[in-house]
Amino acid sequence: MTTPFYVSPEQIMKDRAEYARKGISRGRSVAVIFYDKGILFVGENPSRALHKISEIYDRIAFAAAGRYNEYEQLRIAGVRHADMRGYVYDRRDVTGRALANTYAQALGTMFSEGSGKPYEVELAVAEVGDGAADDQGYRVTFDGQVTDIRGFQVLGGAADAVTSVLESSFEEHASLETVLNAAVDALGRDGTEPRTLAPNQLEVAVLDRTRPQVRKFRRITGPALARLLGRDGEEDGGAGEDGAQGDAESAESARPTQAVETALGDGEVLGAVDDLLDDEDSSES
Amino acid sequence: MESNADWGTRGGLPQAFLTPGISSFSEFLKGFAPEYLPNGRTLPAGSTVEAPHGTTIVALTFPGGVLVAGDRRATMGNFIAQRDIEKVFPGDEFSAVGIAGTAGMAVEMVRLFQLELEHYEKIEGVTLSTKGKANRLATMIRGNLGLAMQGLAVVPLFAGYEAESGQGRIFSYDVTGGMYEEHDFYSVGSGSMFARGALKKLYRPDFDAEEAAVAAVQALYDAADDDSATGGPDLYRKIYPVVAAVTEDGYRRLPDEELAALVEGVVDARRAAPDGPRAPLR
Repeated sequence: MTTPFYVSPEQIMKDRAEYARKGISRGRSVAVIFYDKGILFVGENPSRALHKISEIYDRIAFAAAGRYNEYEQLRIAGVRHADMRGYVYDRRDVTGRALANTYAQALGTMFSEGSGKPYEVELAVAEVGDGAADDQGYRVTFDGQVTDIRGFQVLGGAADAVTSVLESSFEEHASLETVLNAAVDALGRDGTEPRTLAPNQLEVAVLDRTRPQVRKFRRITGPALARLLGRDGEEDGGAGEDGAQGDAESAESARPTQAVETALGDGEVLGAVDDLLDDEDSSES
Repeated sequence: MESNADWGTRGGLPQAFLTPGISSFSEFLKGFAPEYLPNGRTLPAGSTVEAPHGTTIVALTFPGGVLVAGDRRATMGNFIAQRDIEKVFPGDEFSAVGIAGTAGMAVEMVRLFQLELEHYEKIEGVTLSTKGKANRLATMIRGNLGLAMQGLAVVPLFAGYEAESGQGRIFSYDVTGGMYEEHDFYSVGSGSMFARGALKKLYRPDFDAEEAAVAAVQALYDAADDDSATGGPDLYRKIYPVVAAVTEDGYRRLPDEELAALVEGVVDARRAAPDGPRAPLR
């Protein structure tokens, strides 16, 4: 029989926090930015099927960095939470603040509970209002802390490096095109070498208050995204000289997706999914 | 919340919320808080309830879409419970549901159905197929059979636009949850025999959206003419039928201004010919 030895609570928490931070820093970054007509979400994500950014409710969206299976579980819980509330009360009674609080409670409990490992995720919940002054955003960390988002927020991976780039270029009430280009530029400067991210490496969505529908969430993909980035020639299958490079890139990013789809053996899935989302990024952590 | 649902575990999120594998909201609700389901209650055996009933719904396809229309009357026995009830709703962006039967049950069921489609879309990241949506509705009707036998029947009519074929499809249901695909046109509710008879003579496969709307209004007028539970257009109060078209541009309810001209045209023509337009004999 082994004798349990004493570890101080401080040390346990420190270890757990260290563990969670390490997991989160392996993931690619996601940025949440307020612009004049709504809230922009942009992340580096070569997969088309596995999302880091999602719709939760009419005016509420969710972005996450870290372990895919864990934030996906929280995302689904958030959709259920919001839909449940909207069904029992009314659609206007579903708020981003309540959802952020719920996530904070859940993540806080998971972090401090003795059993199980802490979740390696960092979340953002944002809600678009009728005017720019009513837009709200919250960042929820792995230990259940909630902070208000002012202007913009970068999650995951190299958040500090990306934040410092964005800080210099960010301006309030800018147009979608301006903030998107600033964000993509900043996301490419997460390491020592600045990279230029192609449209097919990006996941982009907005909560657009000018949308006539009740549901304000909209993904921006394909030609619309290329146009906003001023890179019309570079989208998939684009003609001309740029096309060859674009095709090569998309083929490369498509390969791991197929691997996930074909090798859906139970144990392998999560590992493969994490590899896909985190990519070969461990050198930067 | 006055439910038995277990909200407690795992901090702010109940364990049920974190359980993977369910992308249907009503399935989730059944496990977590069944008392919120429209059919999650039972009546004492042998008793029946008198409640407002909604009446006639018509649907017809036209090239590139489908149109659904419903009158505005709800009746309870011999009196008119509501003269401006709405019985045609969007299912999601590319579908419409019209309801006949117990109004309270039906409205609640449509609300759950809309949420069901939206919930699936959000969880799975893709929308259900048109047939898939129609099937979900059938399941919900099936679950209501017990209450239907006690007088709380709901009989919907589902219409969806299918992007792959560029056409509209119509599905009808019976109280047991049986689902049947209808072609060209169909009608449900107490005035449906008259409406269907009218549509049979008026329907042309090459209608445009406006002609389809006129045909639907004519059919509802005929239903109201012969069925006391179906309301005709009320020009004085400006209460017109609800008419909605589903095309590649999505669900669109005709605004009142647009409908007013259309309905007044139909009513005007009936001054000269009270029985409506005549179909050629041969």
